[in-house]
Amino acid sequence: MTPLSQLLPGQFGKLASLNPERGVDQRLMALGLLPGMVLKLIRKAPLGDPLAIEFGGQVVSLRLAEAENLIVDVSADCPIQRPRQP
Amino acid sequence: MSTPDAGLLVALVGNPNTGKSTLFNALTGLRQRVGNYPGVTVARKSGTCDLGDGQKVELVDLPGLYSLAAASPDEQVVIDALAGNIAGDRRPDAVVLVADATNLLRNLFLASQVAELGRPVVLVLNQADVAKEQGLRIDAELLSRRLGGVPVVLTSAWKGEGIADVRRAIARALDQRTPMKRVVWPANIAGALADVAATASADTGKEVTAADAQRLLFDGNATTADRIGWTVAQREKTLRSARDRVRNSGYNPMAAEPLVHYAHLRAALEGVVTEGRGKAGRTAAVDGLLLHRILGPVLFAGIMLGLFASVFWLAKFPMEWIQSGVDAFKGVVAPPLDAYPMLQSLLTDGIIGGVGAFLAFLPQILILFLFVGILEDSGYMARAAFIMDRLFSWCGLNGKSFVPMLSGFACAIPGLLSTRTIEDPKARLATAFVVPFMSCSARFPIYALMCAAFIGPLYGPGWESVVMVGMHCVGLLFAVPTAFVLTRFVLKVKPQPFVLELPRYQMPKPRDVLWRMWQNAAEFVSKAGTVIFAITIIVWALSYFPRDAAVADRIKAANPAVSEEVVKAKVQAAYVEQSYMGRFGKAVQPVFDPLGFDWKITVGVLASFPAREVIVSTLGVTYSVGEGAKADSQHLRQAMQDAKWSEGPRAGRPIFSLAAVLALMVFFALCSQCGPTIATLAQETGGWKWAAGSFVYMTALAWIVATLVYQVVIRLL
Ligand SMILES: Nc1nc2c(ncn2[C@@H]2O[C@H](COP(=O)(O)OP(=O)(O)OP(=O)(O)O)[C@@H](O)[C@H]2O)c(=O)[nH]1
Ligand SMILES: [Mg+2]
Repeated sequence: MTPLSQLLPGQFGKLASLNPERGVDQRLMALGLLPGMVLKLIRKAPLGDPLAIEFGGQVVSLRLAEAENLIVDVSADCPIQRPRQP
Repeated sequence: MSTPDAGLLVALVGNPNTGKSTLFNALTGLRQRVGNYPGVTVARKSGTCDLGDGQKVELVDLPGLYSLAAASPDEQVVIDALAGNIAGDRRPDAVVLVADATNLLRNLFLASQVAELGRPVVLVLNQADVAKEQGLRIDAELLSRRLGGVPVVLTSAWKGEGIADVRRAIARALDQRTPMKRVVWPANIAGALADVAATASADTGKEVTAADAQRLLFDGNATTADRIGWTVAQREKTLRSARDRVRNSGYNPMAAEPLVHYAHLRAALEGVVTEGRGKAGRTAAVDGLLLHRILGPVLFAGIMLGLFASVFWLAKFPMEWIQSGVDAFKGVVAPPLDAYPMLQSLLTDGIIGGVGAFLAFLPQILILFLFVGILEDSGYMARAAFIMDRLFSWCGLNGKSFVPMLSGFACAIPGLLSTRTIEDPKARLATAFVVPFMSCSARFPIYALMCAAFIGPLYGPGWESVVMVGMHCVGLLFAVPTAFVLTRFVLKVKPQPFVLELPRYQMPKPRDVLWRMWQNAAEFVSKAGTVIFAITIIVWALSYFPRDAAVADRIKAANPAVSEEVVKAKVQAAYVEQSYMGRFGKAVQPVFDPLGFDWKITVGVLASFPAREVIVSTLGVTYSVGEGAKADSQHLRQAMQDAKWSEGPRAGRPIFSLAAVLALMVFFALCSQCGPTIATLAQETGGWKWAAGSFVYMTALAWIVATLVYQVVIRLL
């Protein structure tokens, strides 16, 4: 179990938990980022923050601080249900 | 907003960037109306749509949103429009849900929320061309059956494909009024929702719909409760126990809504989309380059530099053409009016000169918006915001402030208009507040004049460029701490989440880019043009009257041996000196004395408050080299270099010392001298409070900083 902020660029993970009380997480949930969803950290912005993450066929930016509360399971066998590249 | 005898109302609702506006234009043939609502300004377009059988309905285009849990006022507009809460507006008779066919699951979440309203709906799956290219096959009929028989239409709005089907589907929906299949809430959640609806209705005496109950139960904010007038005291206990009930059934109350909807939609979409062989998009590869750790910022800097270089240098020639066109026009208009000097002066110096000087900036605006349009339509703008976010986040803004500030370097007005994309009203306000600090093109003429007349001759062309570039940074230098203080201590903006979708790249569509450029130009010309027009006449009148013929006679008598040209100039200067503006300038000069300004510069500064570019022509008038002076005018430069203080402690010393020159430029860099900007700021922030605040703050700041510059430099040299 790792915070999303600690993933390496290119690494996949399966969302284990988030904090539904936070506004950012509510937004992400509306976009379909729910526990069990496979996501990928595509890259960090040149200055190290924000991040670009991909899930459900969409690429979304997210600040490093906001990514700390998103816990992902990197050991799950994710790439099989790899999200389609847009 | 609706006409009293209006027929049926149909609303376009969907995620951002799905093609709602494109569909709107295709359906209405672009006969749009813009409606303003008190408080928040949001452009809500409405038009007439022919349903193909002669029946006409009113169609409204709304801002995009991802969820009905309204976070921003922009999203609130959609929710209000759906519920018919906006004064003078009706509840829509049908809703056209526009979804991006390449990402159905996410797009249908909003659709599923809207279904809870029980309105007849049409589901449009747009961008079918892209879906096809990606190898996606979509079974619209199956989806329609799964969603309870609502019409489902595949379209490529941009190509005009499927538009007739949409018309027919709207007619069908209005006729058969089939509602979309709603989610089945787990028993405990359904019970909690029923409790909330019943108690809220009993407490407020108002009708509380199922959709209202969901907002009350699931949303952290109190927007819905406030709307129906359900007080904190009344709702607190009910909501707590309802949420406990949801929690006991195994759902976090804040997550229950998306969890239930997404599960419902996954089932509904089973077998609807089949992935075939398709072209892999190039977006990831392009991002690999444009967002590269090292290449990304280099390319970004290159693009921005190219943009500014073209705005300034490409616009140079058309600007000169406009200027000479204006001069030629003056030349045509003036002679027949020789017998009516007042009318002649009003037309040539006042109206043609003032409005012409303003229109000279049109090429820069056009070119800037051409490039901004290309960057935006291609998908790069979202990446620019992504790259810049880090630099903006520490002072409380975010990447989305980048576009408005960039536009501000050409002209603050389009910059202010583009702050509309920022969701958080406070962050938007803070961005709007700092946009006028950007060195707009109207500041260019005074920098050019001062550099050419003083910096260049004294210190060489190298320093001239340094000062020129430096002046363009002064505003930015003060804007950043201003934003910091404003967001941290005044507005107390909460840290902004920066969840921005990075759309796929696409070839910019010339039609859209040119249309956008045209719209911005038209807005600039019409809105600002009217204000400028009024202001130029006022300034002209103040510097023209009173005009006592005795003044001219006295000067002619005193200078019998001088050429007519010189006498004319002297008369002109004398008139300005004793005009209302001149007298006022002399009275106010002590205020600007610490900045090293004499009464003539003071007149220029005062006349420039409505529009800062007026300074050059006003200095031309007060330094008596004839009207309509240009920045490169040799006479004006000479006259200013020769100008000396005639009285006071500085008598005999040159007025335009290095200290005064720098102080004057810094003053213009920071001062709020643009009527149209103030008017736009008031319009965009929903009141005069912030516009007045901006004016006072910038003007005071300009005075203080320019005073410091003058006092320090004069002591050093
Ligand atoms: N390929 C393709 N592109 C489309 C189609 N319809 C719209 N677009 C493009 O999608 C982008 C977004 O279109 P808009 O009409 O501005 O979308 P919108 O839903 O009004 O967006 P917001 O107002 O931001 O919510 C534009 O670049 C359009 O050119 C389509 O059918 N096919
Ligand atoms: Mg739109």
